[in-house]
Amino acid sequence: MRWRMRSRRHFLRQVLTSAGAALLAGCDALSNSSWFPKLLGIGEHLSSGAQHLVTSRRSMAQEFPEADLSPQFRSNGTANPEDAEYQALAARGFQDWKLLVDGLVQDPAEFTLAQLRAMPSRTQITRHDCVEGWSAIGKWTGVQLSHVLALVRLQPEARYVVFHCADPMWGSPEKYYESIDLEDALHPQTILAYELNDEVLPIKNGAPLRVRIERQLGYKMAKYIMRIEVVESFAGIKGGKGGYWEDRGYEWFAGI
Amino acid sequence: MAAEGHTMPMAQSYLYRRHSLLVRITHWINVIALPALLMSGLQIFNEHPALYWGKSSYTGRPAIFEVTKEFPWGRSSGTGEPAIFELENKFPSWITVPSGQWLAMGRRWHLFFAWLFVINGIVYLAHSFASRHVQRDLKPTRDDWLGIWRSVKDHLLLRHPRGEAARRYNVLQKLSYLFLIFGLFPLVLLTGWAMSPWLNSILPGWVDFLGGRQSARTLHFIAAWTLVLFVLIHVLEVVVTGFWNNLRSMITGRYRISSKEQS
Repeated sequence: MRWRMRSRRHFLRQVLTSAGAALLAGCDALSNSSWFPKLLGIGEHLSSGAQHLVTSRRSMAQEFPEADLSPQFRSNGTANPEDAEYQALAARGFQDWKLLVDGLVQDPAEFTLAQLRAMPSRTQITRHDCVEGWSAIGKWTGVQLSHVLALVRLQPEARYVVFHCADPMWGSPEKYYESIDLEDALHPQTILAYELNDEVLPIKNGAPLRVRIERQLGYKMAKYIMRIEVVESFAGIKGGKGGYWEDRGYEWFAGI
Repeated sequence: MAAEGHTMPMAQSYLYRRHSLLVRITHWINVIALPALLMSGLQIFNEHPALYWGKSSYTGRPAIFEVTKEFPWGRSSGTGEPAIFELENKFPSWITVPSGQWLAMGRRWHLFFAWLFVINGIVYLAHSFASRHVQRDLKPTRDDWLGIWRSVKDHLLLRHPRGEAARRYNVLQKLSYLFLIFGLFPLVLLTGWAMSPWLNSILPGWVDFLGGRQSARTLHFIAAWTLVLFVLIHVLEVVVTGFWNNLRSMITGRYRISSKEQS
């Protein structure tokens, strides 16, 4: 009797561990299949649809008092672009740097840092939420993207704004890029920031220029911006998913 | 009904329909969704294995909880100070989905099953109020409240109602289901939504009611483990009150009542 109990228990334990292992292996097989991640992708569309439904186009991200500022605004991703051209620009304090704005605009143009600084500015203390899970609060100053886009005048087919950056990712030649739609591009809190916490934007945080898109996660907020391209569709750019991380499985809508 | 006057034990054992089809379906969807949410949630947690209290992670105060190993460049929280609670290791691969570190896929799982869970919950709630399941079966009666200490004692002794009394949920059962449906589930959802920067813009500052975004993340973590505790106790009770009878009732709906003492 005791032997039977023990063997039954042993059997049960084996069944449970094998079932557990099979279940885990099954989950990994699903993650690596081509169809299941697409099915899971429904979640992104539902989130994007529902979140746009319950907010207005101009709903504002929370702004904080100075007391909430993080003592240090940490860097993430690239901290210092390993790119000869960028390093040459940085060595001269970005005096020779120019922001190219082109694509579906009436008047493609280049702007120096001094020209951008001379434009009307907006300062906002906002919380930066990284997809990894941490948050930091910083004070950003820059020019509204809507102001720059008004200067170059959008063509009627314009739908998305693509940021081309100077930083090659993880030693590969591929450089960071990101894209947002016009709702975000024209949002009042979407700024091209050149200052952080009342100081010139440090290299680790994206000097000379990074974008702030306050209702989305950190990976949308491209650093080291070299060129802003206005497009009708981002399907033809690199992996076609609209951003460096999007091409690696992250959601294009990073509102959650 | 058995014929009057007969006292055959057989007649005292019968099946009745305990769970409606909709309760059964929504239950089993939760059985799939909740482990998927927990395991993908731990995958997400592992990407930054530290918890904080406040509006941000970097407030000048130390983290509440932190995993210290596997970060050769320093502390994962980046605050530079020891956390209040520290653990050496992240959650192991057998409890995360996917098993290896793969944040993008973990997020896909998490947000997909979160939607499944929410839609499932809405269907359950709509049905349960319309069919008066909540009012009839879950709302404690006056007698329930009066017998609560006796019920606590019975549960601790693993002594459970038999016969006709087993047809109704007991008071602790009712309270734990109500706590689950109207306490834990809303809390885990609300703290999940609070982590969304886009939803934060509905009414800027609303997350401060939860203590800020990082507090919401910590509460989300605590709520998730409280759900695990609920499930453990739930399964324990299922086993001690008659595993096959309970399982059958959640599959076919039929639950056997027998007034004869079972061994």
